[in-house]
Amino acid sequence: MYQWITVISTWMIPALIAFIPLYAAFRKVPVYESFVDGAKDGFGTAVSLIPHLVGMMVAISMFRASGAMDAIVAVLEPLFAWMKVPGEVLPLGLLRPITGAGSLAYTTDLIKVYGPDSMIGRIASTIQGSTDTTLYVLTVYFGAVGIRRTKYALKVGLFSDLVGFLAAVFICLLVFG
Amino acid sequence: MVNWIWLIMIVSSVMVAAFTGRMDAVTEAAFDGATTGVTVCFGLISVLVFWMGLMRIGEDAGLLSKLASLLGPLVRLLFPDVPRNHPAIGYIMSNMSANLLGLGNAATPMGIKAMQELQKLNPDKETATPAMCTLLAINTSSITLVPTTLIAIRMSYESANPAEIVGTTLAATAVATAAAILADRWYRRRSAKPPLHTGGSSAAGSNHSAALKGG
Repeated sequence: MYQWITVISTWMIPALIAFIPLYAAFRKVPVYESFVDGAKDGFGTAVSLIPHLVGMMVAISMFRASGAMDAIVAVLEPLFAWMKVPGEVLPLGLLRPITGAGSLAYTTDLIKVYGPDSMIGRIASTIQGSTDTTLYVLTVYFGAVGIRRTKYALKVGLFSDLVGFLAAVFICLLVFG
Repeated sequence: MVNWIWLIMIVSSVMVAAFTGRMDAVTEAAFDGATTGVTVCFGLISVLVFWMGLMRIGEDAGLLSKLASLLGPLVRLLFPDVPRNHPAIGYIMSNMSANLLGLGNAATPMGIKAMQELQKLNPDKETATPAMCTLLAINTSSITLVPTTLIAIRMSYESANPAEIVGTTLAATAVATAAAILADRWYRRRSAKPPLHTGGSSAAGSNHSAALKGG
């Protein structure tokens, strides 16, 4: 099963890159001109994201460096310990929605320290793989079109992160326990 | 809400640093963060330029509308207020499929294109529409079939079975996505109702955002 899935993932992108222009050529689309025309938008979109991402990254980076993050972990730890969540993975639950690179580094560290086949290693892998970085997705998607009022989108994202975190812990305890 | 989170993160960092004596580290972190933000955007340039070019070929060839009509029913259920043959549907579909296959760097450009199409349908260009919120909900919980990065990391630390987390990840991601869709539905329905007593609170809300913009 896993073999299959990896084969599909490695073939998918090259297959798409070849298939889309080929199909378009049959439909008499001037493929290269069309490509260049669409690609023009990419640069502007990426550049327009700079203020949004700089703003977010500064706040996240300060938050972690100041020790504010550790303080929140210390406060929350007893509550989550009561729910049988191992204390080691709690910082990961807080990091996951705010920074993709940061939480990946933290996961890698947990895997290194406790081993990939330990319960903590498995839980950390599952948490890291099961959700995306809510704050990043929100910043990039809304930043790209200039939305200021995001309504309830952040609440929904953070709520699903919490549910996903708890689900990851409990499913691992159940499956590997 | 983003305004508040941002403000709280920054102010609390400085306040906590005053207690922990990490003021130097916080200053350094602020500028490091700014550098990271720019680096990430620069990394996105190549990805966005390439995929947006390729997606335009697909759009000109009518592939997107074909994809939209093929998998339309599911998307219509999630995005009832987007017109049937609108290009947004095609981009939403490609974004969801890219996420599913774990093609992270293809999923983002497609998601951004979907947002840009949804923005064309938006009467108020600064406020998110329900459809945008749903697209975001799906992407923040991101259903992934294969967490390729994680498998690679587990391999490099000599796991006996690097792929054993595929099943647990899939289960956890399914729960998270279901929670996101349900929460999104709940808020969508609630915000669609005519406001009864919100006069005071919305006025207070706009004061807050005005104060934040001013500061």
